Amino acid sequence: MAGLKTAKSVSMRNQEPAERKKNFEEVALGYSEEEALTESKRCVHFAPKLLDDGRTILCCPERPCTKGCPVGVDIPDFIKAVRDGEMQKAVDILKAKNSLPGVCGRVCPQESQCQAECVVKDAGDPVEIGRLERYVADWELGQRKKSPLKDLKITPTGKKVAVVGSGPAGLTVAGDLAKNGHKVVMYEALHVAGGVLMYGIPEFRLPKDVVMSEVEYVRSLGVEIKLDHVVGKIITADELLESGYDAVFLGPGAGAPMFLNIEGENLNGIFSANEFLTRVNLMKSYLFPDYDTPVQKSRVVAVIGAGNVAMDATRCALRIGAEQVHIIYRRSMEEVPARHEEVEHALEEGVVFNILTNPIKFIGDEKGNVTEMICQKMELGEPDQSGRRRPFPIKDSEFSIKIDAAIIALGTYPNPVIPETTSELELTRWGTIKTDENTGRTSRKGIWCGGDMATGAATVISAMGAGKRAAKDMDEYLKNN
Amino acid sequence: MNKILKKEILTDKIHMFEVEAPQMAKKARAGQFIILKISDKAERIPLTIADYDRERGTITIVFMEVGKSSTELATLNEGDYIECFAGPLGKPTEDENYGTVICVGGGFAIAPIHAIAKAMKQAGNKVITIIGARTKHLLFWEDKIRAVSDEVTIVTDDGSYGRKALVTEPLKELLTERSDVKLVVAVGPVMMMKFCSLTTKPFDIKTMVSLNPIMIDGTGMCGCCRVSVGGRTRFACVDGPDFDGHEVDWDVLQLRQTAYIKEEKTSMDRYMSEVNKDGSRGDI
Ligand SMILES: Cc1cc2nc3c(=O)[nH]c(=O)nc-3n(C[C@H](O)[C@H](O)[C@H](O)COP(=O)(O)OP(=O)(O)OC[C@H]3O[C@@H](n4cnc5c(N)ncnc54)[C@H](O)[C@@H]3O)c2cc1C
Ligand SMILES: Cc1cc2nc3c(=O)[nH]c(=O)nc-3n(C[C@H](O)[C@H](O)[C@H](O)COP(=O)(O)OP(=O)(O)OC[C@H]3O[C@@H](n4cnc5c(N)ncnc54)[C@H](O)[C@@H]3O)c2cc1C
Ligand code: FES
Repeated sequence: MAGLKTAKSVSMRNQEPAERKKNFEEVALGYSEEEALTESKRCVHFAPKLLDDGRTILCCPERPCTKGCPVGVDIPDFIKAVRDGEMQKAVDILKAKNSLPGVCGRVCPQESQCQAECVVKDAGDPVEIGRLERYVADWELGQRKKSPLKDLKITPTGKKVAVVGSGPAGLTVAGDLAKNGHKVVMYEALHVAGGVLMYGIPEFRLPKDVVMSEVEYVRSLGVEIKLDHVVGKIITADELLESGYDAVFLGPGAGAPMFLNIEGENLNGIFSANEFLTRVNLMKSYLFPDYDTPVQKSRVVAVIGAGNVAMDATRCALRIGAEQVHIIYRRSMEEVPARHEEVEHALEEGVVFNILTNPIKFIGDEKGNVTEMICQKMELGEPDQSGRRRPFPIKDSEFSIKIDAAIIALGTYPNPVIPETTSELELTRWGTIKTDENTGRTSRKGIWCGGDMATGAATVISAMGAGKRAAKDMDEYLKNN
Repeated sequence: MNKILKKEILTDKIHMFEVEAPQMAKKARAGQFIILKISDKAERIPLTIADYDRERGTITIVFMEVGKSSTELATLNEGDYIECFAGPLGKPTEDENYGTVICVGGGFAIAPIHAIAKAMKQAGNKVITIIGARTKHLLFWEDKIRAVSDEVTIVTDDGSYGRKALVTEPLKELLTERSDVKLVVAVGPVMMMKFCSLTTKPFDIKTMVSLNPIMIDGTGMCGCCRVSVGGRTRFACVDGPDFDGHEVDWDVLQLRQTAYIKEEKTSMDRYMSEVNKDGSRGDI
């Protein structure tokens, strides 16, 4: 194949592990122009292939990467634009399908999406699509900083939309509908917009500057953002519709943390990952006492779970000074759901993985602080509904680990505040809002939903994609009603 | 951004703010709370809605200076803005017509108990209110409490005003004397709520308390506010803050409240030394 000059992709420069585990600055430093150019040349989509009969065809005509992308970004086209030095064109191609490329380039699980399908993979590393995406997005952010956004010519339609929640789903809907001329008001429960991108994912993986520029962009389109407004409390979705909004989009995420429900879980020093990450990221407690919100500084920390959230918790714990950080996971390394890069980075930083291990009890001292965790060893049996092999406890395998903090990262479920306060909204048995996947419509006319509230905890790109589809359907509805 | 329309020093270290919040005032009910944050670097702190005025569009909060955040909050004045002011949060107190209700409030909680007594009165109950403080000059809102109660008992620890007693003493007497009490609501320091619950238990009278664990978001997202009630873990910010006092595990609540004592002291000491240095607050 013509384009396959090297089997290895251009690696991305990272901060050194020993250094970076002491700071909150971004770990992955991004491609330089030259690196991006080199990597872009590894894509073989447009490379001609000579057939025996003398005809030439494209090397990779099927665009499997685009099929692997949950929102169908025209990946070979944007990569070609990078190769041709047409950066604005690359931006436009990306943004046609993905309104948050700077975020997705950094946090998408590319290895199980676009890059999993890349044909170059057969001969070595897949094309680093995510890193190229980030490169393009960062270029565009740089341009935005240089020359503030031009006023887009938007013709007002006179229609008014309320968007609840300012995570990736809400931001996408708000941006798209505002561009179509609808008046959008966004309601956010917290004191900053951005959802999990602000309160969950740490600075060293997703700089808050990147998120804030996306929020500012949406604001620049004329979207009004009402912070500190908990829908269901200060105003319900029903009341939004009654008070003059023509449509409502619900994107409140799936924010409620799950606990293990085992003995001793309410001891001090035991946090949900949400609490720990909120303290550290949203409230900036790593800068305590400069910032007022404290976070417990611990020596030995156990993080229960092995998803992205767990990896973020381990690495934040290291950065605020923990000496030893353990992942406690009941399945094996193969089932670890976090992005590969996060697991790799955590390992490099010295996080210890205790696999096939399950906590069964916490023990504390007289002051109510956790001091010890009792675990049992697990083994894997037959696959369960999720397709992963089900873990079983091994008899008499209990053992104890001395800890002074435990962070529970088992996942989250939908917060019931909105479902409980909105009439005629059908729910699924998991407490998510029943939503048509293609249009984002709920059972209630005038109300759409998308993101983690519709699917259960998922990914940034899927929330963003759901936002795109809902915005399209809402736009049609608004034009016709 | 919400404007402070009125500020009053109710007593030593206890302040009242009337805050402009028209949309919230329409929705607020007794027993609910707000979360505020006064600057970029500040923490989010929960305070009970002590009163609201739907016409004027105001929310009243009453708070005691206990550490850095509340002390700094007290430096704000009429006309100043509070950066973040979210609410109404939590479930309202169930203000049905029960018949006769006893409301007990101690310390700064005289303010929240006022809101509850008022709601109970409006719901058609006969309201008996007991308020208490360490000493006379720490009492406030006696007139407001009288205006929404059928009977009022005032106690002080040192006997400098009203009866020399703890709130549990008149509570016990009332329960012994009267058979028509259907509900007791107690709001105040943990110890006070715990002992009120222990007092009412032998009489088998439903007792609601308002729990005040450490909170962050106040929307059910972090689980920092978890409490143990009837053997189950509940989130005080969304499942409460009102719970059945006979079911609460008081030890868990008390220990969890102390989780950050060391850091709270660091924060306060640092703040006080800054304040003393630049002299920006002569009154403390
Ligand atoms: C620590 C962590 C790490 C993650 N890492 C990755 C990763 O690497 N890659 C990836 O793809 N995904 C990752 N995810 C998942 C991803 O962040 C989510 O799937 C995505 O953010 C969901 O978007 P959303 O718009 O549905 O909701 P959210 O991002 O959850 O935003 C919802 C917003 O709505 C607000 N809200 C909630 N209720 C109300 C209400 N009643 N009224 C008003 N506002 C309300 C919330 O405060 C929040 O701001 C991670 C998640 C976490 C927690
Ligand atoms: C639902 C609820 C309603 C409340 N209503 C009132 C009220 O009406 N008036 C009033 O004076 N106080 C009220 N409180 C308590 C008030 O929030 C705390 O006094 C305040 O947060 C203390 O902050 P600080 O920095 O001044 O003190 P710190 O020195 O930080 O703390 C002093 C003590 O206050 C508690 N506390 C600290 N941080 C928090 C936090 N983020 N959330 C909750 N408690 C905390 C801890 O137990 C701590 O030991 C309420 C608390 C809750 C949970
Ligand atoms: S304060 Fe975070 S869940 Fe209650």
